[in-house]
Amino acid sequence: MAVAALGSATRVKVAPWNDPVIRGWVFQIVVVGLVAALAWYLVSNTIDNLNRQKIASGFDYLGREAGFEIGDTMIAYSPASTYARAIWVGILNTLRVAVLGIILSTILGTLLGVGRLSPNWLLNKICAWYVEAFRNVPLLLWLFLFYKLISEAFPGPRQAISALWNSVFLSNRGLYFPVPMADPIHKWMGVALLVGIAGAVVLYRWAKKRQEATGQPFPSISSGFGVAIGLPLLVWLAAGAPSAMSWPELKGFNFEGGTVIQPEFTALLVGLVLYTSAFIAEIVRSGILALHKGQSEAAAALGLSRGQSMRLVLLPQALRVIVPPMTSQYLNITKNSSLAIAIGYPDLVASINVTINQTGQAIENILLIMAAYLSVSLSISAFMNWYNKRIALTER
Amino acid sequence: MSDDALPGGERRQLAPPIDETGALGWMRKNLFSSWGNGITTVVLIVAVGWILSGFLDWAVFTANFTAASGTECRGGGACWALIREKWRYIFFGSFPYEQHWRPFFAVIAMLAMLITSADRRMWNWRLLVIWGVGSVITFLLMFGQIHIPLSLVLFIALAVGGVGLSLRKAIADTGEMNAYRVLAAIGFVGLALRIAGVLPAWSLAIAPLSYVETSLWGGIPVTIILATYGLAFAFPYGVLLALGRRSNLPLIKGLCVGFIELIRGVPLISLLIMASVMLPLFLPSGTTIDKFLRAQVAVVLFAGAYIAEVIRGGLQSLPKGQFEAADAMGLSYPQKTLLIILPQALRVVIPPLINTFIGFFKDTSLVLIIGIFDFLNTANQALVDPNWAGFPAEVYLFAAFIYFIFCYSMSRYSKYLEVELNKGTRR
Repeated sequence: MAVAALGSATRVKVAPWNDPVIRGWVFQIVVVGLVAALAWYLVSNTIDNLNRQKIASGFDYLGREAGFEIGDTMIAYSPASTYARAIWVGILNTLRVAVLGIILSTILGTLLGVGRLSPNWLLNKICAWYVEAFRNVPLLLWLFLFYKLISEAFPGPRQAISALWNSVFLSNRGLYFPVPMADPIHKWMGVALLVGIAGAVVLYRWAKKRQEATGQPFPSISSGFGVAIGLPLLVWLAAGAPSAMSWPELKGFNFEGGTVIQPEFTALLVGLVLYTSAFIAEIVRSGILALHKGQSEAAAALGLSRGQSMRLVLLPQALRVIVPPMTSQYLNITKNSSLAIAIGYPDLVASINVTINQTGQAIENILLIMAAYLSVSLSISAFMNWYNKRIALTER
Repeated sequence: MSDDALPGGERRQLAPPIDETGALGWMRKNLFSSWGNGITTVVLIVAVGWILSGFLDWAVFTANFTAASGTECRGGGACWALIREKWRYIFFGSFPYEQHWRPFFAVIAMLAMLITSADRRMWNWRLLVIWGVGSVITFLLMFGQIHIPLSLVLFIALAVGGVGLSLRKAIADTGEMNAYRVLAAIGFVGLALRIAGVLPAWSLAIAPLSYVETSLWGGIPVTIILATYGLAFAFPYGVLLALGRRSNLPLIKGLCVGFIELIRGVPLISLLIMASVMLPLFLPSGTTIDKFLRAQVAVVLFAGAYIAEVIRGGLQSLPKGQFEAADAMGLSYPQKTLLIILPQALRVVIPPLINTFIGFFKDTSLVLIIGIFDFLNTANQALVDPNWAGFPAEVYLFAAFIYFIFCYSMSRYSKYLEVELNKGTRR
């Protein structure tokens, strides 16, 4: 009885318009209602406009013939291919420049970040000015500058700069160089490379386990590289070492044969790498500065070599600070690669832009762009979050 | 030797060795501290000297500053005469030539507005006055004529009255509270009458100059307007998004998280393309929106999501006790947020916000994709003239230099503020 009385006494009766829970729900319903009303207004206008302008809707156009040329493709493509294929070419081009950009700017950015901490005053200042110069000017301006420099300052194909006994040609059409003739063995070499990489991972794990159990170190990194590179080489040798090459040759107004790195791709990649590495340098620098000085001293006192103390003591701790902001830089590279459209590199946005102009179906295409970038962004952040969790400090 | 000995076996203090002080000591310490360091220094000096002498030769010694056309420039070094010929176009775009003083003073007004708002003593109601006056001057100069509709005035009266009433309750005296009540009442009644159609669509016209439409705007004022007003409009809505993301109301939180992640996951270009091709479809047929306004809307939408994440960082850095104490004091949600939480959270995020602003300042260059003549685009257009073809490096380096001045000074300011704002907590 007494308990029940106490319970009812502590429960204060409030009017419904003063109850925070009811207020919260009313507020939420009002906001969601407003958003829904706005969405309904926009959608009804859109349907009205589409009907008026006789624009078809739906994704049927993807199966139709695209009819436009794409200058730089990684897979077979011709104007007779479908829109879906054209967009897929664009996605692959975006991924190619993003992946290469991420790898190269990580390397350059790390070098610059370490250089920024060098005791050598000159090196330190050069790295600092590099960072300031590239950070404070829009990426698009760098892209224009590099593209115009390549296309206007380099000679035409007839006066191309040749190097390495007329096998490599640099002109305003890009950098031409010889490649091995297509051979069925290449596919098997690819398989061997994958097997080799898997073998190297297994080897690394085994060596780590053995060292933890017995204290015996094993040169797992160099032998891992050996396995990953040696296996494809063995396959190649076993197939009789086919060494026919396709050489670039000047025919008419341009080169034929060999393969080419196009100027648009070069300008985009160089611009992205130089610009982003300035940001990565600052991230790496702050990651290293965040370490306590005692860490490197303690590692030295334990008798670790400089390389060992870097690899085993300093880097794992610095990475914890570095990885989250690095993730957002990787996402930035991917998103910034869309600036390709300004200098004519056929990335995803460029393909879709042509498609919008030809079909008039803006909504479907914009949805495709967003879906593509969102899935790339989400996969990069999922991977980096997984990596971040792996290297995170394990606390009690 | 015997000079050093003092009576009592003590030794006279010696001056430090010559190679440890002055320029020599500095060089030894900073450039030649070890063999590796010394080699690096020598290699770098040679490389930098080579690059710098080549660059100076091109940019200064063999450069042409006075040529009358591109053909005269050819063969030598840099053709700075091109900049001399085109700088007015690069800075002000297609704005009527004899009226260039207008964008010039508009830029001065905006810079004055930005620089005075950088002063910490102005971070109060004065900021609103500065931005109000600065914006009116800027747009009056750029458009030449502005029309202030009655509904806007009424709306501002309602907003000021409403915010004053909810925030200054129990702080302000009766006179101030009555002023807010009158303002809110005028705004409310006026707007109601306006919607009901009783009041006509009056607007106040200020038209001292000839009208210049936005399609003629170009160059540096466009870049500054897009970045500054992009941030100014995105800021309140970024704050709302950040508060929504931290809210414990599930539907609000879901909406805000979805919106922020969607915008942050896609590149700005796709938003700009969307604004240019989809916005016309979204609106009732017949309504056209100015292209410049479309770009501005896209920049605001984009900026809001990024600002929201920066502000969320500030909100998360506040200890929970602040929220609980405000609740315990019986403050309402708007009072708690505007009087206790935001002042502390925003203070933490001012330096990162300035860095975000630098990012937007650079990102506004993307509007050239949808055909707006911002500073980078006018620089680009200056290259199109067949009389002056073939000097891209000069124009782009000039544009890069201008961008650098803006961004570098802002980043210095942000560094200075970071130190200044942390003075209280630094030991």
